[in-house]
Formats: sequence, C-alpha cells, structure tokens
Amino acid sequence: MLRVDKITKVFGGLTALEDVTFTVKKGSITGVIGPNGAGKTTLFNIITGLYTQTAGEIHLNGKNISLFAPEVLAGLGLVRTFQNVELFGQMTVLENVMVGLHTKSRSGIFSCAFKLPGQRREERLIRERALSWLAFTGMADLAHMQANNLPFGKGRLLEISRALAVEPQIILMDEPAAGLNSRETAELAVFMQKIKESGITIVLVEHDMELVMDICEEVIVLNLGKKLACGTPRQIQENPAVIAAYLGEG
Amino acid sequence: MAARSKEKREIIIFLIFVIAVLVIPLFLTGSYLINVFVFVGINTLLAVALNLLLGYAGQISLGHAAFFGLGAYISGILTTRFGLDPWFALVIAALANGMLAFIIGFPILKLKGHYLAMATLGFGIIMFIIFNETVSITGGPSGLPGIPNIQIGPLIFDSDLRNYYLIWIITLAVMLLSINLSQSRIGRALRAIHDSEVAARVMGVNARILKVQIFTVSALISALAGSLYAHTMTFIAPASFGFNFSVELLTMVIIGGLGSIYGSFLGAAILTVLPEFLRVLQDFDIIVYGLMLIVMTMYMPGGLISGLQQIIEYAGRKMRQKGGADAAG
Repeated sequence: MLRVDKITKVFGGLTALEDVTFTVKKGSITGVIGPNGAGKTTLFNIITGLYTQTAGEIHLNGKNISLFAPEVLAGLGLVRTFQNVELFGQMTVLENVMVGLHTKSRSGIFSCAFKLPGQRREERLIRERALSWLAFTGMADLAHMQANNLPFGKGRLLEISRALAVEPQIILMDEPAAGLNSRETAELAVFMQKIKESGITIVLVEHDMELVMDICEEVIVLNLGKKLACGTPRQIQENPAVIAAYLGEG
Repeated sequence: MAARSKEKREIIIFLIFVIAVLVIPLFLTGSYLINVFVFVGINTLLAVALNLLLGYAGQISLGHAAFFGLGAYISGILTTRFGLDPWFALVIAALANGMLAFIIGFPILKLKGHYLAMATLGFGIIMFIIFNETVSITGGPSGLPGIPNIQIGPLIFDSDLRNYYLIWIITLAVMLLSINLSQSRIGRALRAIHDSEVAARVMGVNARILKVQIFTVSALISALAGSLYAHTMTFIAPASFGFNFSVELLTMVIIGGLGSIYGSFLGAAILTVLPEFLRVLQDFDIIVYGLMLIVMTMYMPGGLISGLQQIIEYAGRKMRQKGGADAAG
C-alpha cells in the first residue's frame, strides 16, 4: 500500500536519511524504531509532504506521491499525528474534529458567507459526523471543551480522532505513547487495534518497545539515517545488529 | 439541539444589533454626532475586513489603510475625471482591489510573523507615496475634491442621515456575511491555520490558497469602505490613508477582540467616538490610545468582547453563589 523507495535526505552537510526503502502492507500496523537521531521523524515529514526528499520516491497504492503537499495527501487518505500534539488550541474539541472533515466538504467562501442551502446541509452533516467520531473515541462528553484545556492524554486522543475524521486509508503516528502513563498506553494499544480492525493501515514511530513489540506486525529499524533491519518483532529482537545499535557495540 | 439553540441566539443578537443601529439616528436628530456614527460604520467595515485576516486567519497586515485609500482613489478618480456613476466606480474599485490583493497575496502570504508585517508595511508605504506623488492623477497632497455623492434614482445621499443609512445597511450586510463565514468550514479552517498551520494542512486545508482568498476578501471589503468614504466626504487626501491609520485599524481590531465581528464594531466605535471627547487633550490623545492598548493586552488579551463576556459570567456565578448561600442560611 505504501512504498518508500530509496529515500535520501540531506540537510546542508548532514545526511539524515540514506537510501531508506521499505513497504507497508495494507491493513497492518508497522513500527519504525531507532535510537535518537536515527531519522524517524524526518522520514515521517517526508512521507507526509512537509519536507521534500533529496532523492527517492514514495508510492501510495501505486501512485507516485513523492512531491505531493500535505493537503493533497489528506485528500488521498494519508494523515498523521504529531510528536508534540498539534491541536487547534483555541477551538473546541468538536471543532477540531470538524476541521478533520474539511476534505469531505466542498462549500467555498461565497456559499459559506451567504449560507446557501447546500452549505447548510453540509454543515449539519459535518457536525453529525464529527460527533459520531467523538463517540467512537469516547470523547463525546468533552465536545464543547476548548482543546487547550484538555489533559495531555486526551489531547493525544483528540489528535487521533481528528485524523480519523479524514477517513484515511493510512495513518502515520509520531510517538503516540510519548508522555502517556502505562494505563493510558495500554488503552492506546487497544484503541489502535480497533482502528486497524476498521481497515486503516497504521505506521508508527515509537520509543516504547513494549508497545511496538506488542502491536506491530512488522518493525523497521533505522540507525543513523539508514535502514538497519526489518522483520517481525521477534526477528528484530533477535537481530544482533539491532542489539548492537541499541546497546552499543561491545 | 445545542447547535440549533446557539444559532437562534446568534440571530436574536444580530436582530437586536440591527434595530439598535436603525433607531440610533432618532435620538441624534440635528446633532453632529450622526456624522461621527457614519464614520463608525466605515471604520467597522474596515475593522471587520482586517479581523477576518488577523483575528481568524492569524495573518497580520500593517498596510490595510492602503487598500482603503486605493478604493477611495479609484472611486474618486473614476467619478471626477471619467464621469462614471459612483455605484459603478464602487464596484470597479472593489474588484480592482480584490485582484491586486490576489496577485500580491501569493508572494506576500508565504511570509510569516514579522516578515509578513514588514512586507505589508512596505506595501502600505509604497501606496502612500503613490497617492502623494502622482499629482496629475490623485491631486497629490492637496487632495482630490468634488467627488459626487452616491445616488439611487432621485435619492441623493448628500446628508449625514442619508449616508448613515446607506453605509450602515452595507456594514450590517458585511457583518452578517462575515459572521456566517466565521461559523462555516472556511471559518474553522482559517482558525485552524491560525492555531497550527502544519496541522491544518495535514487535515487537508489548503492553507496557501485560503490565506490568499481571505486576504482578497479583506482587501475587497476595505476598498468598499474606501469608496463609501470618498462618496460621503466628497473630498479625499493621502493623509487619511497613511501608516498611522493602518495602526489605528489594528488597534480597533485588538481592542475590540481578535476573532469577534461584534468586537470589531466595538473597537471601531470606541476609536471613532473617543476622539470627540478627547479634543480637550489636543495632541495628547495618542497617550490615551497607547494606555488603552497596554491595559487591554495586559488584562483583556481577548479584547473587550471576551472581557465583557468573562465579567458577565463572573457576575452570574457570584450571584448564583450568593443566592445559594442565602438559601442555605
């Protein structure tokens, strides 16, 4: 479904990524791990169109999306969440999710200003669907709270709810468990399984090894911008090169 | 259900506002204050225009007086030198401004923060110089006199009262459309860009196009205000469209409340009416504005509108608490 082909990214004199190649199977949960500075977030930024790669190609369902902007990718069903939770802080929880439905609606400035009949219908639909997404993620009772006032864990959940509202085929999560306590992480794991069962492919960058080994079918290890290994969690755990990278060569 | 009742409340607030605007002249017959309220209307248009850009999309402009001036000059020149009908001139002025904003919007709105402020400041200064220096077209620093009043059939808008109704009907319409816009998917997308442009883009919001679009709309409304100003005053001069006025517009929007259409009215009203009462201070009135801006940003960063809301909510809570304590006692 997602094919990353020989991606290279050079920042000035620093090679952040070099010839990184892997594929993500439809309906799977794939983990990207690696020590700090391995290039995981850079990889996500390139796939989601926030950075432009120096070389290499990315294909989504056979379509070359190498140079697509993030807003175009959202329309094609590729979304992401952020390591430092990027919410629309001044807006309510409900409005945050309603923005997630932006690609599912069409009304332009003119029809919005004049409240044309089609726009009113669309607005009702957006509201209903946003509310049903909040029900799905168990946040319905917080709908009218300002996003800035949410506790951190709920903010993470809202970011995922908002991403789900785009009705993506694939969702990239950048350290979804960072800053969560063990109970919240366990809830997150259950929730990610639920998302996967609804047919959405998940790719995550994560430092919480327990979570990665627990829910991922496929793990890709990056180290110093290069792909070190890929395989099932068990294969990765037994791979001597991976162990060396994490523990230091002794 | 909650959405429905909220919508109803919005409509009632707007209707009360409309009625208040329509009856105000009845209390001001023969007073020069009616003339002041004409300018409140024009400044409200301008503040709403800037608020759409600054309060919603979070993009600053330090050159909005230039769009106001350009609207005024296009209207003034087309009617005095080419004998066009004021209505026709007004439409051309608005469209020309919209087009200009659309063209310069693409490169300018790529900039962020201070850089955008500098670029719009530069645009404002360039336009100000053009108004001043192209003497053969604009009349230069001594101004452009003899601009005709707007006319509908036999009705000529040549008195303060007539202009009051003309300008306020247009202002109310623009306010209503802006409120509608702010509560739609476009309004939400603009506020999303304001809070996190990256996240908005990832959600599928085309931030680049949307920013240019709202910049265009903002310039168009400013030009409309400029045309109305020219045809009301019948005389325009560059001094009204300089950097100082851009800053004054910014102050109106911030004092009234970023992201609030009624706030823009409140800010415009205060900054238009206050000078009438500060005449005794002569040139020192600027100190009062400075103090207001400092006090506002320190104690009411959300502007007067949200400040008032907070005070009302606070008073309501206190009353309920007191009521509860009395009942308990």
